[in-house]
Amino acid sequence: MRTFILLLSFFSVTATAGESTIFLKDRPGKNQVIVKCAMCHSLDYITMHAMILDRAGWVKTVGKMINVMGAPIDNADKEIIIDYLAKNYGR
Amino acid sequence: MVDRRQFIKKASGTLAALGGLSLFQRSGLATATGAEDSTSLDALPGKKALIKKTYRPPNYETPVSYFDAPFTPNNIFFVRYHNAVIPEVKAGEWRLRIGGDAVRTPLELTLEQLRRDFKPVEIAALCLCSGNRRGLFQPHVPGVQWGSGAMGNACWRGVRLKDVLAGAGIGKSAMEVSLDGADSGVMKTTPDFIKSLPLAKALDENTLIAFEMNGEPLPHWNGFPVRLIIPGWTATYWMKHLTAVNVMSKPFDGFWMKTAYRIPKDRFQGGQFSSQETETNRPITEMVVNSLITNLVDGQTLPTAKPMEINGVAWDGGNGIEKMEVSTDGGISWHQATLKQDYGRFSWRQWHHVFVPKHPGEYRIMARATSHSGACQPNEPIPNPSGYHHNAVQKITIQVA
Repeated sequence: MRTFILLLSFFSVTATAGESTIFLKDRPGKNQVIVKCAMCHSLDYITMHAMILDRAGWVKTVGKMINVMGAPIDNADKEIIIDYLAKNYGR
Repeated sequence: MVDRRQFIKKASGTLAALGGLSLFQRSGLATATGAEDSTSLDALPGKKALIKKTYRPPNYETPVSYFDAPFTPNNIFFVRYHNAVIPEVKAGEWRLRIGGDAVRTPLELTLEQLRRDFKPVEIAALCLCSGNRRGLFQPHVPGVQWGSGAMGNACWRGVRLKDVLAGAGIGKSAMEVSLDGADSGVMKTTPDFIKSLPLAKALDENTLIAFEMNGEPLPHWNGFPVRLIIPGWTATYWMKHLTAVNVMSKPFDGFWMKTAYRIPKDRFQGGQFSSQETETNRPITEMVVNSLITNLVDGQTLPTAKPMEINGVAWDGGNGIEKMEVSTDGGISWHQATLKQDYGRFSWRQWHHVFVPKHPGEYRIMARATSHSGACQPNEPIPNPSGYHHNAVQKITIQVA
């Protein structure tokens, strides 16, 4: 837990208070999405694409985040994140 | 560059955002679906409330009503970043490095040297995000879902990039000039936002290294202390917090040139960028002819007794606006609007039209611009994978009661 908090405070250099108003659906996978995606960007990037990306679109987007943007997400988390996004924010 | 107090303030904000899952649940604010409209009004430090698209990196657009003016004030000017680490640069510490494999003598300049050693130039120019109005494409395409407010017109003051490059000396092998700013990604593995220009565009007399905007220093969120101005080209090349300019003998092959900001070849008018073209696509370059109604909104009701004032702005990639036409009957008939003061071919041009509705009812208002090159806005946006260059004729409905 201590490591988790330290990790969060490391990300926070760039974060803004307004982000605390963003709510993601409380379903399985949400924790992985928050920890991994919010390292680099606010979670409104997800809500903004709700109903725009279908499962294939989310697969492509998460793949781009890992392969192009360098997000440190392992394969297990990748599948959990894609599944969460496709089920809860998919077209 | 970020002081300790700011750090703590930001840190606590994030702990609430990231660590506070249970906090969210307790707040009772989370709805049954959990989804929220990603757009809301929010003010960045030093800015008035803008339309927030994303908090981090910050992407904020200007409400359209502010465009009913010749120039867009700095404190309501739109904000667009690709990466979330945005240092608050101190003017005294800032340096511009001129280098690259095709430069004769690498240089390092202070802000003072930039202001003192080169001839100052002022240009009125529209700064327009390539993806402005992306959110209006049907079907939707991924990317920041901009409305019409990712643009602003300003008077920029600075020095010519070509004068600064002349001081360093350009080698015969020079092909492109790359631009880097102080911002970066959170992860070291994230591609830095670096753009490049064809040599000829870098040497264009209108390409400026700007340190003032509307008579004031650049706001932090618009690139303090200096940013590049490439009048006529979309804002992706207008590098903020400019720190490095490299003259290169080869095409720059970073993500933000090779992959991003590309449009299908031959689908749009506009300049070439031969060193970056592939068989199927090319980098986005000039803005396309476009216009916007600034004083009326779709669905608005107006009193029948009064003449209807229709105001707007029109622009293109540097040819200038030839004529502006307005229809009040859904495109059956068109009337020429009056063009207002001309601030130069890179500025947007305000226009206005007065129409007296004869009877109550629904009026379908349309507006279309034609540039001096003869280019006219299309009725439908031209499809392209990343949703750039949305310049379809605007159609709004006004109720006259």
